[in-house]
Amino acid sequence: MDAIFLQILNGLDKGGAYALIALGLTLVFGTLGVVNFAHGALFMLGAFCAVTFQKLLTLSKQVKDESITFFDAYKEIPYLEIWLGDTGAAIIDWAVPLSIFMAIPVMLVIGLIMERGLIQYFYKRSHAEQILVTFGLAIVLQEIVKSFFGANPIPTPAPDIIAGSANVGAWFGLGDSVVYPYWRMIYLVFALIVIGSVFAFLQFTTFGMVVRAGMADRETVTLLGIDVERRFTIVFGIAAIVAGLAGVMYTPILPPDYHIGMDFLVLSFVVVVVGGMGSLPGAVAAGFLLGILQSFASMNEIKSIFPGIDQIIIYLVAVVVLLVRPRGLMGRKGVMED
Amino acid sequence: MGFFKLSARDALLMVIFAAAVLLAPIWLKPFGAAYPDLLQKFAIFGLFAIGFNILFGLTGYLSFGHAAFLGIGSYTAVWSFKLLSMNVIPAVIFGTLTAGLLAVLIGFVSLRRTGIYFSILTLAFAQMCYNLAYSVLTPITNGETGLRVLRDDPMVLDRAVGVIQEGSPIGDFFGWQMQGFPAFYFCAAMLIIGFYVSLRIFRSPFGLKLRAIKSNQTRMRYTGFNTRPYLLLAFVISGMYAGMAGTLMVVTDPLAGAERMQWTASGEVVLMTILGGVGTLLGPILGAVLIKYFENIFSAFNTDVLHDVFSFMPDWLENFFVTIVHPFVGEGWHLTLGTLFMVIVIFLPGGLVEGFNRLFQRRKKKASSEAAGSRVATGGEKQATAEN
Amino acid sequence: MTKTTITRRGVLKSSAALGLAGAAPMIFVRKAQAFVNDPGDAGSVTLGFNVPQTGAYADEGADELRAYQLAVKHLNGEGDGGMLNTMQPSNLKGNGILGKKVEFTTGDTQTKSDAARASAKRMIEKDGAIMITGGSSSGVAIAVQSLCQEAGVIFMAGLTHSNDTTGKDRRKYGFRHFFNTEMSGAALGPVLESSFGNDRTAYHLTADYTWGWSQEGSIKKYTEALGWQTNAAVRTPLGAGDFSQYITPVLNSGADVLVLNHYGKDMVNSLTQAVQFGLRDKQVNGKDFQIVVPLFSRLMAQGAGENIKGIYGSTNWNWSLQDAGSQAFVKSFGAEYGNPPSQAAHTCYVQTLLYANAVETAGTFDPCGVIEALEGFKFDGMGNGPTEYRAADHQCFKDVLVVQGKENPASQFDLLEVVQVTPRAQVEYSPTMEGYEGDLGTCAA
Repeated sequence: MDAIFLQILNGLDKGGAYALIALGLTLVFGTLGVVNFAHGALFMLGAFCAVTFQKLLTLSKQVKDESITFFDAYKEIPYLEIWLGDTGAAIIDWAVPLSIFMAIPVMLVIGLIMERGLIQYFYKRSHAEQILVTFGLAIVLQEIVKSFFGANPIPTPAPDIIAGSANVGAWFGLGDSVVYPYWRMIYLVFALIVIGSVFAFLQFTTFGMVVRAGMADRETVTLLGIDVERRFTIVFGIAAIVAGLAGVMYTPILPPDYHIGMDFLVLSFVVVVVGGMGSLPGAVAAGFLLGILQSFASMNEIKSIFPGIDQIIIYLVAVVVLLVRPRGLMGRKGVMED
Repeated sequence: MGFFKLSARDALLMVIFAAAVLLAPIWLKPFGAAYPDLLQKFAIFGLFAIGFNILFGLTGYLSFGHAAFLGIGSYTAVWSFKLLSMNVIPAVIFGTLTAGLLAVLIGFVSLRRTGIYFSILTLAFAQMCYNLAYSVLTPITNGETGLRVLRDDPMVLDRAVGVIQEGSPIGDFFGWQMQGFPAFYFCAAMLIIGFYVSLRIFRSPFGLKLRAIKSNQTRMRYTGFNTRPYLLLAFVISGMYAGMAGTLMVVTDPLAGAERMQWTASGEVVLMTILGGVGTLLGPILGAVLIKYFENIFSAFNTDVLHDVFSFMPDWLENFFVTIVHPFVGEGWHLTLGTLFMVIVIFLPGGLVEGFNRLFQRRKKKASSEAAGSRVATGGEKQATAEN
Repeated sequence: MTKTTITRRGVLKSSAALGLAGAAPMIFVRKAQAFVNDPGDAGSVTLGFNVPQTGAYADEGADELRAYQLAVKHLNGEGDGGMLNTMQPSNLKGNGILGKKVEFTTGDTQTKSDAARASAKRMIEKDGAIMITGGSSSGVAIAVQSLCQEAGVIFMAGLTHSNDTTGKDRRKYGFRHFFNTEMSGAALGPVLESSFGNDRTAYHLTADYTWGWSQEGSIKKYTEALGWQTNAAVRTPLGAGDFSQYITPVLNSGADVLVLNHYGKDMVNSLTQAVQFGLRDKQVNGKDFQIVVPLFSRLMAQGAGENIKGIYGSTNWNWSLQDAGSQAFVKSFGAEYGNPPSQAAHTCYVQTLLYANAVETAGTFDPCGVIEALEGFKFDGMGNGPTEYRAADHQCFKDVLVVQGKENPASQFDLLEVVQVTPRAQVEYSPTMEGYEGDLGTCAA
């Protein structure tokens, strides 16, 4: 029972992450009709916003380490700690959550530049060309990040106070072994908030209404004299922010390296397609579905019946869903079907 | 009609193509690419891309799981070596057939969907193959280490005729050892045959039907035309090309590894095809050559090599150029590749061949205002492709 | 089988002939040399450095490449000579190899067998490399090693830890200086016993591929010999990223030790997440819960940050060692690049020197002679104490370091503390031990 409860919790958490990553992708699909292979790169850039912010906070005075004689080794003492003492150390400790404030404007700018500078010229081009150009862009972005930060993962811990786990079992009257990391719970809540805000934004604002109308029937909306194009630019910016925030918040769970976006690329496509092209609720539902199923498939009891099931579960589910429901869970007819 | 049932123009194309492939060891020399292994890779991946293009270029169905066929072709070929004989003929035949069989299965299921749904289905199947081959199926695939031919393998046929392997087993084509240049020429022969078949398909009523499906499948269906069997046939043919490419990889180098089936490998052939030009005859091969060239040659440039290259310059200029170029070669070859993808797709829409074509046609148009307007758009492009 | 060798000139000639003959590819230049890529009277000789330059191990590959370049410098008599001064016995003169200047060619393995083999073939066929070395994974090492056997070129393995490299996949032309999972297990066993006692229950998370299995097997073997129980051994997909679904079952499994048979990025992720799940603060069966990472890599450990503190593992070499060889190497590496070398850099540097020395000893570049000189070669002063290249399987036998993540690192490089130097005798095993038997094959010429 405890184990099942834990796996459900864990599945929800994974699902939240998947949904968050897929959300931006499906926004871009649905509105702009662009297959954005650089979406993973946006996630990666978000993660490196956190890294950069952490690096900025820990800009250090280099003190020669006399114990090492073979070469010049330095102990690093962050300026913040020198100037502000314990307060400085506390600020550094909270680098990852604080970096959100940096990530939002940075990702917005990156998104706008990307859309205006490149993506807008590809609205009318074939999907194949969109794939090639965004994939090329993703590689270039990756390599640039690699040349600055190296290829190794960089530790980006959560603040000390929420680095450990909560005894969730005690809250629900379950066993002592039901513990779950605070940060993962924060991630789940954060994902739900972001997803909720995006929905609310599209649902309740005039801007959102136009965007939704544009998604449904671009031509008519344009004929009405509304500048859909400019709004879509902003949508791309929002998608970049969402992807970037997903990346920032993921860093304490997975120390980021330059390749982290590529690792999520395939997965996010699967989530989006299982959810159904052009459907935001679909993407969210698929994210949670795949997260929970993946958690369960990894249980030893299940693996002993189907060896290797945890390796393929995501793809297996994708195949089954797509065969049962032609357009994924909630896909609309005619979107990306040709 | 006439030469191999080709029109005069196609026959000429065929001859030029064959000559270019067979003479590759000479004309690729100045590019530093005329060594057997890379030439083999050119031929093998060229074949892979040609096959992929039969599906993607003609029908518009974008498969993201073609590496599965490459992989199963490889594994079958190694098993054929292990169990039957080091002769490459059974390996090629069995490898291609098993890939075809897998393609029937995957195609039958995946072709029930179109567009991106189809892409994700093929991706899902290929990823399942990869993950299982890497882990659970290790007894068959030898996992990470890769499946190899060992001296004490049964090789029933070889032993029956009294051939005993000494040293490391090497593929064999009736006495000719499949390594170095003989192996390249074997692959080249396969490539030329593959190109010929592809040319015939492009020109056939079957190819025309596929193109019709691409331009408007719904209309085809409304006229009472059942598209599914044609699509499946195209998918299987394309899968068999991939399988054959997989067996050739084993023929030239008797080893099969699971990472051949990973999505990055599937993605690579997609990129090759788009880079060269989707739906063109020569494009996919060009794309394959370009990507493999970058992977093997650019990645090998280190600072020392760069200094050699620029050594004719004065020192300060030499250092300047080395600093500029360095991030793009060696460990930075990915950067060059990514930039190349973007540059080509931005400036040469439709890939290399299409792009050149347009440039070429624009100039021609300027020269003589004879518009090619009367030609059917796709047909015209295809014709023009053949001229290249 | 007759070995057919191809010279560059031969290639040109034969290809010209082939081109003219169309599809009659039967002309071949035979036996132009005594062995593959014989430098003959050339003034220089080329070594092939095949390392991962892209992908997850790119930093490790870059460090290996730095070590190789340093080795080349030292062999050519430039720089301060590094371990050339401490190696015993040594025939190296600092004037290249057999008087020929050492040059090198580099390539990218991408940590994929296919790419690694393609790259190695390029070095052999195009650049005329006389020896191939490098690699940062066992799959790649084994694949390239068997290629080198076929081609008749010496392969000096870089970082590869699986038993198979010198076990069932051992090759006459392949040599490994790095240690393996068997030695890791044998060295870790006693330390785990003295630190955690005999009454423990272990839970393994294992990367689901051959190296992972190899390590899981070795650790099980030695911990079960101590009286430990193995609660479960769970296989995780390579590159899983998020390991949470594999860590949650550990919580109520009743196990009190978690063994992470992961390497590289997987290790960084699984360790970070295991700590996040509070495993290290946990009490099970009245004992503190412990985590063990049998194979440590300092470069990768940096990615795990704080989480490695106090965690036991084993390593082939660490830059903090105080012997003359290590100091000489760290000094020249540090002076050259401004940071200490990793264990991958060390093994690659040593391998290059060992190869050069073997050539000098044999007096020829002929692989068969070089192999003979390396087999059973005993040396010292290379950072690992007295070491022997065992003839039966081409595996180096030397002391193994058991390390622990340092609690109070003095600098950003100071991550690992050596807790025990396990003597060679304790980690030695028979080359014909069950599961390790293999066939070296022969030297072709």
